[in-house]
Amino acid sequence: MQHTISVIVENDFGVLSRVATLFSGRGFNIESLSVAPTNEDGLSRMTIVTRGDEQILEQINKQLNKLIDVLKVLDFSDGSAVERELALIKVSAEDDARAEVLRIVDIFRAKIIDVTPKSYTIEATGNPIKIDGILELLRPLGLKEVVRTGSVAIGRGAKGWNG
Amino acid sequence: MKISGARIMLECLKNEGVDTVFGYPGGTVINLYDELFNFKEINHIMPRHEQAGTHAADGYARATGRVGVAIATSGPGATNTITGIATAYMDSIPMVIITGQVPTALIGNDAFQEVDIIGITRPCTKHSFLIRNVKDIALIMKKAFYIARSGRPGPVLVDFPKDIQMSQCEFHYPETVEIRGYKPNLSGHPRQVEKAVAMILDSHRPVMYVGGGAVLGDAAESVTQLARILSLPVTTTLMGLGSFPESDKLSLGMLGMHGAYCANMAMSNSDLIIAIGARFDDRVTGKLSTFAPHAKIIHIDVDPTSIKKNVRVDLPIVGDVKDVLIKMIKQADNSNDKLAGFEAALAPWHADITAWKEKHPLDYKRSSTIIKPQFVIQKLRELSDDDAIISTDVGQHQMWTAQFFKFNKPRTLLTSGGLGTMGYGLPAAMGAQAAFPNRQVITICGDGGVQMNIQEMATLVQNRLPVKIVILNNNYLGMVRQWQELFFDKRYSSTCNELPIDYIKLADAYGAKGFLASKPGDVESVIKQGFKEKGPVIMEFKIAREEKVLPMVPAGAALNEMVLNA
Repeated sequence: MQHTISVIVENDFGVLSRVATLFSGRGFNIESLSVAPTNEDGLSRMTIVTRGDEQILEQINKQLNKLIDVLKVLDFSDGSAVERELALIKVSAEDDARAEVLRIVDIFRAKIIDVTPKSYTIEATGNPIKIDGILELLRPLGLKEVVRTGSVAIGRGAKGWNG
Repeated sequence: MKISGARIMLECLKNEGVDTVFGYPGGTVINLYDELFNFKEINHIMPRHEQAGTHAADGYARATGRVGVAIATSGPGATNTITGIATAYMDSIPMVIITGQVPTALIGNDAFQEVDIIGITRPCTKHSFLIRNVKDIALIMKKAFYIARSGRPGPVLVDFPKDIQMSQCEFHYPETVEIRGYKPNLSGHPRQVEKAVAMILDSHRPVMYVGGGAVLGDAAESVTQLARILSLPVTTTLMGLGSFPESDKLSLGMLGMHGAYCANMAMSNSDLIIAIGARFDDRVTGKLSTFAPHAKIIHIDVDPTSIKKNVRVDLPIVGDVKDVLIKMIKQADNSNDKLAGFEAALAPWHADITAWKEKHPLDYKRSSTIIKPQFVIQKLRELSDDDAIISTDVGQHQMWTAQFFKFNKPRTLLTSGGLGTMGYGLPAAMGAQAAFPNRQVITICGDGGVQMNIQEMATLVQNRLPVKIVILNNNYLGMVRQWQELFFDKRYSSTCNELPIDYIKLADAYGAKGFLASKPGDVESVIKQGFKEKGPVIMEFKIAREEKVLPMVPAGAALNEMVLNA
């Protein structure tokens, strides 16, 4: 089962390695990981997409909470959060394909951010399933390079993570 | 007044009540040692190897319940501490390890004796700190000690660059500390406690399964009280030995791979297991799918990650075990009207247990010609002080000690349970003896492990630490040999210590005394002679070479599939 977890951490020396070591040392999966500072001084937020059965997810949660630098672990069950990912996609585009790329970009409400006679570079945002979708359609045209940020997630509703 | 970072470090230790540290000097701690030269409040003991120094700090911590402190220089000094740190981590022992580090400007440059010790020890420390400013030392040390001793205790490493030791600032030690991300939950939830007692009163075949957490949490008295109020049979893990007196009729002894038959049968037939500060380790549960098939499980632990890690749990209680047990005792007292009926209903269960105890007690074949190791352990118990502290290495002698010594008091057995570290016994005893100069401290070793830190004989003699070293010598790495005998067709690959060592001469070389027993008739007199000596002593016992530790649950078998005679 795929699962998205947000981890609020002290923006301390070595905190990323602590989290990474925890996952690798205990054989947990990381499908994607994104980290950046938050609106509060000294705090960063990691979004980790992981995989495992209920028992493993419970262990991941508890083990993360046990790290001294971790303030809070937010475990998003289905529908409790909005999830987004950004992808930069460089795709071959010559002759007829140029129009086809533009059509796909339009349908997915993506943007062209760089252009050459032989290629387009596209910026796409959305939930990870949407990103998978645009990549699927662009793949036959010739993907040259794909960069994905991994998911970030935020809880639904008026409240922030700490109330 | 401004003082140096090195001096500040010592003042921090003093403020934390540290009276003894185990450390080895070197280039990046030379400033610290220079301050130590005139610092009379701290007794510094120099081991002959940093691994031993770390084990000594660990032994000190286990025997006293206080935080053990070890110091090592950067690079190889730091890497030598790793086995000691991992040993402490696996058994949740509170320690602070201070390592020297190259000057901050050189970090990352592959400087002489530089190593990323924080990176290397990350998976085996509870937390670690790199001090990057002299102003931070006091707060970091306050946090380090608080983290090491609170919640589920563990080792904390503090990396201390040389230039920070030389910088100066004012010293002020904080009185309190607040760490946003670290708030261990110590108070057991009253509703859960109520439910736990109700579950116990509803059960017919309950067992208390007590682990090292009860010793670390100073909960032995509460364990004993609860067991006696409710007439609950008690089995302990290796780490839990001493948390409940083995002389009590409710005691089942140790459970698990080399545990007592009655303990493993009681677990396998139980309808309610009350796990207290224990973590359902594979050496305890045997095959998980057949572990305690009829039992509901109440799990009390300060560390939520221990709960539901290996087995399903019906009622988790997160909290300090002593706090939870005291609440349970109060709750049981409130249910006084039900106690008599409950106790009467347990009669058939107690009868089953008595029958198991009688059917296969822990035992061995006596011999009048050859020394049986179990006999030596029994004699050691008989002839040693009631409050003697015993440390062990890892292997057969460790299991014989666990089976036959009969521990009645907490913090009297120091042994590496989780990591299973050979070479632990001698230095751990050294640490305990430094903490309690007037108590009898005995280390029981095999002829394999004792050589892993034998150099500490020098530390013992130099510091007048009268540790009694017992060597059960079978000229084998006995536990591995036993597995080779049972599961590898007696192919004794690299397990025979072919070179016989003269331990009496070895003791003499270090300026200690050595005594040898070669036949059963010598055992008592050698122990008496050894105990009479004022200084450190080696007592060597030439034991039956191929004696096995029994009973045994083969790895991967169910707890009730014990091999009783092989």
